[in-house]
Amino acid sequence: MEREFFLLLSGVAIISALLVIVARNPVHSALALVACLVQVAAIYILLGAPFLAVIQIFVYVGAVMVLFLFVIMMLDVRKEAKTRYLKKAAWPGLVVLVVLAAELFVLLMQSAKIHTVMGPGLAITEQPSVEDLSLLLFQDFLLPFEVASVILLVALIGAVILARPDEAVAADKPQNGGRR
Amino acid sequence: MIPTLWYLILAVTLFVIGAAGVLLRRNVLIVLMSLELMLNSVTINLLAFGHVLQDLRGQIIAIFVIAITAAEVAVALGILVALLRNKDTLEVDELTILKG
Repeated sequence: MEREFFLLLSGVAIISALLVIVARNPVHSALALVACLVQVAAIYILLGAPFLAVIQIFVYVGAVMVLFLFVIMMLDVRKEAKTRYLKKAAWPGLVVLVVLAAELFVLLMQSAKIHTVMGPGLAITEQPSVEDLSLLLFQDFLLPFEVASVILLVALIGAVILARPDEAVAADKPQNGGRR
Repeated sequence: MIPTLWYLILAVTLFVIGAAGVLLRRNVLIVLMSLELMLNSVTINLLAFGHVLQDLRGQIIAIFVIAITAAEVAVALGILVALLRNKDTLEVDELTILKG
């Protein structure tokens, strides 16, 4: 039963990921990405990480993708319809992609010979609870946690400063208007 | 029980699709979304190995990846809005300000 669920979820995830790349309209891309992220969240549950699945839905679908949709709707997306793909870099890009895909798949298929880790998955004896996770996060990983919060604060301030209208331009405009 | 290899194949597929978006699309927004896709495939890898090895550190690092991604998206979209105010284009091959 688990395998069927996994195949269903990963199939939908791959199809919607392809839609992200292929879609003409950026809004459609964003919605396909939302679908893909929800499937990935379900796969996290299969992987025994329900807390991560909830975080994924909250942060990615709830915050990041809504931010994307805001920006898309602030901009004019209709003129984008004619040219989806790069013209100059298409051939080198495709070559790089094919090489990357071949390399990754070959390494993946051969890695069972190199490492012993890649055997069949362990049977879940007892799922680690959210309590274990939080204990580990707030004891052993307290410093990275604090650093991550500082990074988020810096990103917040940086985004506000970047997106703020230019002060010089804003200060010039009323003066020019007054002179005219 | 799902073999670990299946998770890794899924992650590799998503990563290659994301790389295709980054390398081939013209729209900066789609490039950013493809980056999200690649980061997600990496998170699947972390969780898969954490699950196989019965180690919670995979999940911890996945939490940090998600947090840093949120910060990255906020800054990237801020840059994008500032860029649009100055140059009025979203196409990656026309954004050559840093070329000097």
